Amino acid sequence: MYLVNYIKEVLSALRSLLIGMRRTLFYFTHHKEIITEQYPDNRATLKLADRFKGEVVMPHNENNEHRCTGCTACELACPNGTIKVITKFDITPEGKKKKAIDKLVYHLELCTMCNLCVYACPSDAIKMAQTFEHSVFDRNQLTKVLNFPDSKIMDGVE
Amino acid sequence: MWSISKIASLVHEWLSNTFSATWVTVFEMVIAGVLVISLFAVLGLILVMMERKVSAWIQIRLGPNRVGPKGMFQSAADTVKLLVKEGMTPNGADKLLFNVAPFLAIVVSMLLMAPLAFAKDFTLWDINIGVLYVSAISSVSVISILMAGWASNNKYSLMGAMRSGAQIVSYELSAGLSIMAIVVLTGSLNFNDIILSQADGWWIFKGHLPIWIAFIVFLIAVTAETNRAPFDLAEAESELTAGFHTEYSGMKFALFFLAEYVNVFIVCAIGATLFLGGWMPFHIGHWDGFNHIMDFIPSSLWFFGKTFFLIFLIMWFRWSFPRLRIDQLLNLEWKYLLPISMVNILLVTAMAILKWHF
Repeated sequence: MYLVNYIKEVLSALRSLLIGMRRTLFYFTHHKEIITEQYPDNRATLKLADRFKGEVVMPHNENNEHRCTGCTACELACPNGTIKVITKFDITPEGKKKKAIDKLVYHLELCTMCNLCVYACPSDAIKMAQTFEHSVFDRNQLTKVLNFPDSKIMDGVE
Repeated sequence: MWSISKIASLVHEWLSNTFSATWVTVFEMVIAGVLVISLFAVLGLILVMMERKVSAWIQIRLGPNRVGPKGMFQSAADTVKLLVKEGMTPNGADKLLFNVAPFLAIVVSMLLMAPLAFAKDFTLWDINIGVLYVSAISSVSVISILMAGWASNNKYSLMGAMRSGAQIVSYELSAGLSIMAIVVLTGSLNFNDIILSQADGWWIFKGHLPIWIAFIVFLIAVTAETNRAPFDLAEAESELTAGFHTEYSGMKFALFFLAEYVNVFIVCAIGATLFLGGWMPFHIGHWDGFNHIMDFIPSSLWFFGKTFFLIFLIMWFRWSFPRLRIDQLLNLEWKYLLPISMVNILLVTAMAILKWHF
């Protein structure tokens, strides 16, 4: 009985190995579909996966308005201090003081593209862009201010 | 018709007519040495390129495609890069052993080239104990790996070397026993005799099931002996950085790399010689017309074709199977391959005595 099980074990192992080899042989002989991108050649038509995370950006609408309330949730969520939110106080028409962002500073050189800031943001103000050609000659250029100059918060975003 | 053996005999004739017997021997040794070294270089280039292309195609990629047409000069460019790189010796290393180890590895592969029959009547050294010689010399390669691992004075290197020691020593047994199966059938340890015994059909066709088992065991065992995936525990990139050659760089690393690929070629050449008839053309029984056409293909082409088929098989293994753990590796050898090949050699012996093979 032991011997029968032994032989069965060997044969089933061989069988499963052959199944694996049949699969790889199929890929080897069907060399039409290529899953890798031929990057520098197809730069114009390059399609990235939706989940690709290149850098953090803050989308603005046509009136130069963003959705950031300056709550610093992203700054707290960031594991390596990539984001620094500098806030200021705006005076509303009613004469109240309202917290708003002055600058949202983003250090691309520290960022690991972990996406935690985007998850933490309660008002969907930031998102991950698909750009990835980040090389520059000066390290200072990697420190970016995400909100555009003179941008305001969108109406209705609290 | 021109054949390799004819060229060799012409060169020998010319040398014998021009120089005295001593100088003829010296010149022939030099020529053989240069040929072996250039074969090494060419094999290194071709096999690295082949491996990269095969792996790319299996993984639905393109592989190297920048240098030269279809990326064919990539391995040449890599060689130039390795030649100009600095060969570092770490401060804490055992300097002598560290620098000797890669040369030992390459010398072992060179020695293994000697008894191979590359074409009809073309062998560097036609000895009557070729098979024994090959199995004896191939076990020396473990010394170079242990030497490299120990001399590097690095935990990864030492672990890789120790693993590879356990692996090569244990898999040598089943490789040897599966080679013995053929020796039992032919009754000779000479490679040329073994090839001539396959004139009426290769052993893999004549030998029924036991030879098939021996062939499969041989393939598994030599994959392990050459330290290739799925048995590449000696260098296991994800665990040990690069195993025994972690500390090597430049040409010293390249020698290990070259020795690995040349070893693959050698074990595949031995497999092709023992099981697939070496340079013997493919013949079917009494189809004289067909057999005659097959005879027109040069014997060296047959040899290299079969060898490269086996090399492809081993590359195919590498890119299909995941790496084994060390206990699984030793289980496979001692609990499966060794008992199977021992029973198998009994079967083969019975077959040889009772003349059951064709």
